Amino acid sequence: MSLLKITKLGAALLASIVLPFAVSAQQPQSQQGSAQPATQPAPAQQPPPAEKAAVAPNRNAPMESHIGKYSGHSAAGRQLYFRYCWGCHGFRGDGNGENAPYLNILPRNFVAATFKCRSTPTGTLPLDQDLYNSLERGLNNSNMPSWITLTSQNRADLIAFIKTFSPRWQTEKAGDPINVPAEPALTLQSIKHGQELFQKLECWKCHGQEGRGDGPSASTLTDSNDQPIRPYNFTTGSRFKCGVTNRDLYKIFLTGVDGTPMPSFGDVVKPEEAWDLVHYLRTLQVNKKSPELALWMSTSEGAAIVSAQKIRGTPTGAGINQ
Amino acid sequence: MRYKQIITAAFLLTGVAAMSFAGPAKPAGGTVSGKVTYEGTPAKQKPIDMSKEPSCAKQYTTPTTTETVVTGPGNSLADVVVYVSAGAPDEPPPSQAVTFDQKGCRYIPHVLAFQTNQELKVLNDDQTSHNIHPLAKINHEWNKSQPPGTPPLSEKFPQPEFISVKCNVHPWMHGNFAVLKNSHYSVSSREDGSFTLPNLPAGKYTVTAWHESYGTQTQDVTISGSETKSVNFVFKAKPY
Repeated sequence: MSLLKITKLGAALLASIVLPFAVSAQQPQSQQGSAQPATQPAPAQQPPPAEKAAVAPNRNAPMESHIGKYSGHSAAGRQLYFRYCWGCHGFRGDGNGENAPYLNILPRNFVAATFKCRSTPTGTLPLDQDLYNSLERGLNNSNMPSWITLTSQNRADLIAFIKTFSPRWQTEKAGDPINVPAEPALTLQSIKHGQELFQKLECWKCHGQEGRGDGPSASTLTDSNDQPIRPYNFTTGSRFKCGVTNRDLYKIFLTGVDGTPMPSFGDVVKPEEAWDLVHYLRTLQVNKKSPELALWMSTSEGAAIVSAQKIRGTPTGAGINQ
Repeated sequence: MRYKQIITAAFLLTGVAAMSFAGPAKPAGGTVSGKVTYEGTPAKQKPIDMSKEPSCAKQYTTPTTTETVVTGPGNSLADVVVYVSAGAPDEPPPSQAVTFDQKGCRYIPHVLAFQTNQELKVLNDDQTSHNIHPLAKINHEWNKSQPPGTPPLSEKFPQPEFISVKCNVHPWMHGNFAVLKNSHYSVSSREDGSFTLPNLPAGKYTVTAWHESYGTQTQDVTISGSETKSVNFVFKAKPY
């Protein structure tokens, strides 16, 4: 076995010396298998940049995180990771842990460094604080629990450690957080405008007219791991994927949820319009008492809509509390 | 095991690097041109049901089909990206942008090749919202909504990569970006599968052909002076 490897290595070494002189022109070289997405078509000659990147930055380089008054260190986080996290997120942080096959939203792949909950624009790295918040809060509708039982220092250390899995954390900075203006006063006009936006931006295509996550495209959606994924059902509760406050909802909407079908609306919606939509979305949460819902139900139009939403399910049962 | 593979690859790479630097680059213009064809029976393309999006469905009298394999007369194979994968230096991006249009709930063109850091403009010519979701693995994955009537999105990809693009709202919409390191590329035509790579200085090149369903093929070409070298690619079609 090892002898064979050494022979192979030797042959390759020899080839690398001889090859430049020996290659003859105009011969079809290879006809590779095609099932792969073929990121870089001539692998022997040009390893794909991802492979290069995975080797080049020092994998053991210590990382830090800074969350408020806490500074996390990867060396301390390592111990914690291999105690609490690796069962799902895997030995290499690639989301391929022992439990992963049993989970229907796959654990986050820290090597890809694509994160759902960010206050930064789509396609950019999140702030340390964003990761810290996810760890503290857990991710609703997934198997990621809240880790509020750990100390703040522990969580900061863990954030530092998961940043060692992707070279992106060494080569680039986190994105600039989006500007979230102060929430304007809640008015009926604002809710109604939000309702119009819900139609205009075609949120209902996935989330459904009543926000039950049963729109016409809902059944076809897959995440970036090619796993089926459901759009958020607003009627089930009060927690969103990335938080519970209006501000959290605003951020989800404008930054998108990377790695899922939920796009960013940051380029196409004005900040004040976004707040109107937030106010309207709150009224879809018919089982949660909120100022938005109370105001909406004080109108005859709103009251009729809400009472209808409370009792109606879809024939498939998709709208009934899951 | 894996590390050893990487080491082996690194050794090979050193060899190739030495090879490519050895070739003198004269400012003469050779050309590589040819045709891409297939042999065998390609998969029959499926009709797309756009009934969930009436504003798009009404634009077609007969249902449009998927485009995972696009063929032309004489067994020609279209939408194959033919490019110089080795031998040519990396080039800075040209100043003009390339355009990727969403029209009739399809991507036009289906395969769009451009350079790293070149400006990509994404247009929405439909009466419906689309979300542009390039499923990049090497570049950063992003996902942006584009309602009707919004200005074009302007984007760049810094790393070479073949990226599958989709719209989650309209699951039949599927396209490809080919982000390449230099300007020597061509996408085989839908008329006859032909391609041309002009303005190649004398030297030794590896030309690669990439097809989204059939994978890649490579051929080595040596250009001396202003000759035109003919290079043809034949892909084995799969009936499924």
